[in-house]
Amino acid sequence: MASAEIDVKYVAHLARLALSPDEEKQLGAQLGSILGYIEKLRELDVTNVEPTAHAVPLVNVTRVDAVQPSLPHDEAMRNAPRKAGGLFIVPKIVE
Amino acid sequence: MLNQLTISELTAKLDRREVSAREATQACLDQIARVDGQVKAFLSYDAADALAQADAADQQIKADVQKPLLGVPIAIKDVLAVKNQPLKCASKILGDYVSPYDATAIEKLKAAGAIVFGRLNMDEFAMGSSTENSAFGATRNPWDTDRAPGGSSGGSAAAVVAQECIASLGTDTGGSIRQPAALCGCVGLKPTYGRISRYGLVAFASSLDQIGPFTKDVRDAATMLGVMSGQDLRDSTSIPAPVPDYAAALTGEIKGLKIGLPKEYMVGGLDPEVKASVDAAVKKYQDLGAEIVEISLPHTDYAVATYYIIATAEASANLARFDGIRYGARVEGNDPIELYSKTRGAGFGPEVKRRIILGTYVLSSGYYDAFYLRAQKVRTLIRNDFLKAFEQVDAIVTPTTPTAAFKLGEKSGDPLQMYLSDIFTISCNLAGICGLSLPCGFTQTPKLPIGLQLLGKPFGEETLLKLAHAYEQSTDWHHQFPTL
Repeated sequence: MASAEIDVKYVAHLARLALSPDEEKQLGAQLGSILGYIEKLRELDVTNVEPTAHAVPLVNVTRVDAVQPSLPHDEAMRNAPRKAGGLFIVPKIVE
Repeated sequence: MLNQLTISELTAKLDRREVSAREATQACLDQIARVDGQVKAFLSYDAADALAQADAADQQIKADVQKPLLGVPIAIKDVLAVKNQPLKCASKILGDYVSPYDATAIEKLKAAGAIVFGRLNMDEFAMGSSTENSAFGATRNPWDTDRAPGGSSGGSAAAVVAQECIASLGTDTGGSIRQPAALCGCVGLKPTYGRISRYGLVAFASSLDQIGPFTKDVRDAATMLGVMSGQDLRDSTSIPAPVPDYAAALTGEIKGLKIGLPKEYMVGGLDPEVKASVDAAVKKYQDLGAEIVEISLPHTDYAVATYYIIATAEASANLARFDGIRYGARVEGNDPIELYSKTRGAGFGPEVKRRIILGTYVLSSGYYDAFYLRAQKVRTLIRNDFLKAFEQVDAIVTPTTPTAAFKLGEKSGDPLQMYLSDIFTISCNLAGICGLSLPCGFTQTPKLPIGLQLLGKPFGEETLLKLAHAYEQSTDWHHQFPTL
């Protein structure tokens, strides 16, 4: 396992999360101690142990491929922070 | 006072036309007006809508309609979608979000006749163990308002114990139903993963989250579980297993049932008064005819570390949807990335940010195998511990929490200490089994509730409820309420 250091600025960029310099500093210290604690998993031998993604014995659950009722367009748009003409308004993406 | 009744007491009175659903609802609203300034369990509620639902219920009662929750006021954690009601997850990032549809669990409560009202406080996005992470201020423990009610479903537990509603809904990802139920002194049930549909529940950690009830007694928990359980095609992890008549399991007859006592849970950091109460409960089970067997869950000590990798990894992915584009609050930016970052930086509170960063880190290139994959493997070991134990015993008994309710502010400065307060509840979610907390005593000074945790096999809720009910009926802890 890697050393208990997080490049908070880099990870925050991956997470698309703006942090103030104070937040970066505080998170770095706290996460250092949490990672130190998490390091204890290294004590265990997990050779030949299958990972558990979830605990339910279900696979490939599908429903009938048929059109079913869904939210009306205006209901789905109801909570949009900015909208016009039934569309979400976003900053320019392509030049 | 009608707000003090259980579901079974209230429905009996409604059935006999001794009281109306409107009177019961009004009694809850009056109690909220009287005590919620101190308790702060509710983020909001719509009194007129609740009374309109009550009137509709009274019409049905008059027409002799029979439904298991007809006319019963039930309040909801602010993480579940209720059509046309606000949903904030106690976060600023959702802005003035109003749900366009009902969660499946809510749909089922409504179909069963319940009066669904109010938004109950919680830790932001269900991340926390005290409700102090709510963006709208902490809920108080009704037994001592300087103390935390637990969390993340602190509002749901406090509202039931402060008798502001007849029952409530919460969610449990690592103990968020059982821990507040223990610290406030009511029954809290986390069903097996897959038992209740998660459709309409805002996801925190999708492989661990489960919805469950807070009630004043075990019978009410059985009623609520029966109403909400069952397969739902909108949640592919809900199980196509039949829903038993849970109330029929409450026979009081537990002779010959085997209860496991894990040696790893009765050591280190356990408060002496909590230990004494749990020991007394175990003795009571023996008196009632159950057999106590010492068992071992050898990977217990690794559960908290495993949980905080898996839960934060899943959370970092789930919370990516809060980006200011389709709903919620937005902080504008010159390009989409700047808009996302600013919106999320302004909208999320400190604990949510901490978990997003940790979760992103453990999933990031170069660390995935070392952290996330390893944690998933340890999860297998933890699950196997339980499955092996359940070859020997019908259920497991433990304390729900190492101590009674802690003071507000006592742990909020140290995230790791806060995480360790979930040490007894977290394994249950990782293993995918069911768990329940019920009152088993009080500390002396101050008088604070102590919770007993019962853990059951996957889909073993009937045995769990049977054992809980037998103990409850031989004690009077569940009849004690705080003075507010």
